[in-house]
Amino acid sequence: MSLLAAKRLEKHYGNHVVLENLNFSVESGEFVTLVGASGCGKTTFLKMLLGTEATSRGRLTLDDHPIPNEPGPDRGVVFQKYSVFPHLTVLGNVMMADELRSSKLLGKSFGAARRRGIEKARERIEEVGLDQALDKYPHELSGGMQQRLAIAQALMMRPRILLLDEPFGALDPGIRQDMHVLINRLWQEQQLTIFMITHDLKEAFELGTRLWVFDKTRHDPQAPEAYGATITYDLPISRDRPSEALKETLQQGGLQTHTQETLL
Amino acid sequence: MKRLINSTPSRGGRWLLGLLPFVLLGMLYLSLSNARLAENPNDPLLPTPAKMAQSFHHLATAENARTGEILLWSDTLASLERIVIGVGISALIGLIVGILNGGLPLVRAKLSPLVTVASLIPPMALLPILFIAFGTGEAAKIALIVIGVTPFLIRDLQGHALRLPDEQLIKAQTLGASSWQVLLRVLLPQLTPRLLNATRLAMGTAWLFLIAAEAIAAQEGLGYRIFLVRRYLSMDVILPYVAWITLLAFLLDQLLAWVSRLAFPWYHASEGDNA
Repeated sequence: MSLLAAKRLEKHYGNHVVLENLNFSVESGEFVTLVGASGCGKTTFLKMLLGTEATSRGRLTLDDHPIPNEPGPDRGVVFQKYSVFPHLTVLGNVMMADELRSSKLLGKSFGAARRRGIEKARERIEEVGLDQALDKYPHELSGGMQQRLAIAQALMMRPRILLLDEPFGALDPGIRQDMHVLINRLWQEQQLTIFMITHDLKEAFELGTRLWVFDKTRHDPQAPEAYGATITYDLPISRDRPSEALKETLQQGGLQTHTQETLL
Repeated sequence: MKRLINSTPSRGGRWLLGLLPFVLLGMLYLSLSNARLAENPNDPLLPTPAKMAQSFHHLATAENARTGEILLWSDTLASLERIVIGVGISALIGLIVGILNGGLPLVRAKLSPLVTVASLIPPMALLPILFIAFGTGEAAKIALIVIGVTPFLIRDLQGHALRLPDEQLIKAQTLGASSWQVLLRVLLPQLTPRLLNATRLAMGTAWLFLIAAEAIAAQEGLGYRIFLVRRYLSMDVILPYVAWITLLAFLLDQLLAWVSRLAFPWYHASEGDNA
């Protein structure tokens, strides 16, 4: 039984087909990186996993149950921005998950429960290296620190899958490298299952264990909306093999697609 | 020579420039007042500052022979009580309805058209109805303020709630939040500083309705007083009262701004401090 599986999954808006014929199964512990041209439906796919977009046809199952049609605690998420709550401090942001669980009515914990929550949150915050900034508000943090905070916040729930929508897209290259180290470490330590959308092919090869390229296989110039994108390449990435070699195999295979023209 | 758009006054210069219009207006008033009083020393329309100070001092210190009350303070207290209660009720309704409207599409579908229509009704046109329904006591005046201010607050907050990034609502749900918890922990704290901001903007309207209601039916109050002494052309009372009302409005505004900055530092840092 695989963690996440799709069978003939499709998504359309009216006559506009966005995604078609998605078939895959993902095991627990995989790190899937998603690449593809802008507007090819990667984010739509992530939204379907989140539950904010309904599936149009086919099956999409998490632990053999259809994905609920609204976001839930089993699927954590980090967006490119707006992922943290501006009105809460670093500590408050990370404690949120715990507080929501322990106090259904007020969503805020007090006394001993609060002290336990602080302890737990501190551990998570230390993991991402924000322990110097416990009482800072997000606006006082740099972009990289905000993303670290968003990751710590999402991991408090121990989600079945973690969805990352271009989480490092807005960061400087140096900071981005630090974030790669961080996410890689967290993925290994906590045996996470991660789906990450990225525009950076190098990032996709470096971090993932499996690379999905989203692209259209059929294209009708008269009706560009008639066919949707699908996963054109589903490549296992071995961590030992340098990604350069893999890129070459890709090209040797004579892969000439729209995506490659724009990305490679 | 720098372009005009690049020339900025120095710190001291800014103060002087800001003061200049006030000084000019004061001088204009004094010269007009002097000219009138030279013709007729008993002319009531443009009294001297000394006369105004004297009348104001009298109102602020002399006890009323019949009631033993000092007029200025009883007027101020009555008006402040009405405006604070009125605006307080409006803010509370505005916050609750604004959050529900902004957060729950099912509620918004029902209430939003009603609020839009209600906000178009001229509140002053409802004043007779309020007097008939509540009598000419405090309730009618407070109700007028509430009717005048609440729709604006609701629409403003609803708009802000809808402008909160979807990412935050989704994030809260992935952290296990129920609908109630999203309203309470995400919408409420983020809308409260915006409510304070909207309330500051609405205070001007609230004063308008307060003084209008007091002018029509009241036994005390700042608006009542200036409309009462109008019969005697007592500009020496009206002008200081207007200045006093302006000062009170300014202080209330600054109080709200101060509370907001103190309680919601994150809001002022991220939105740009427009106090």
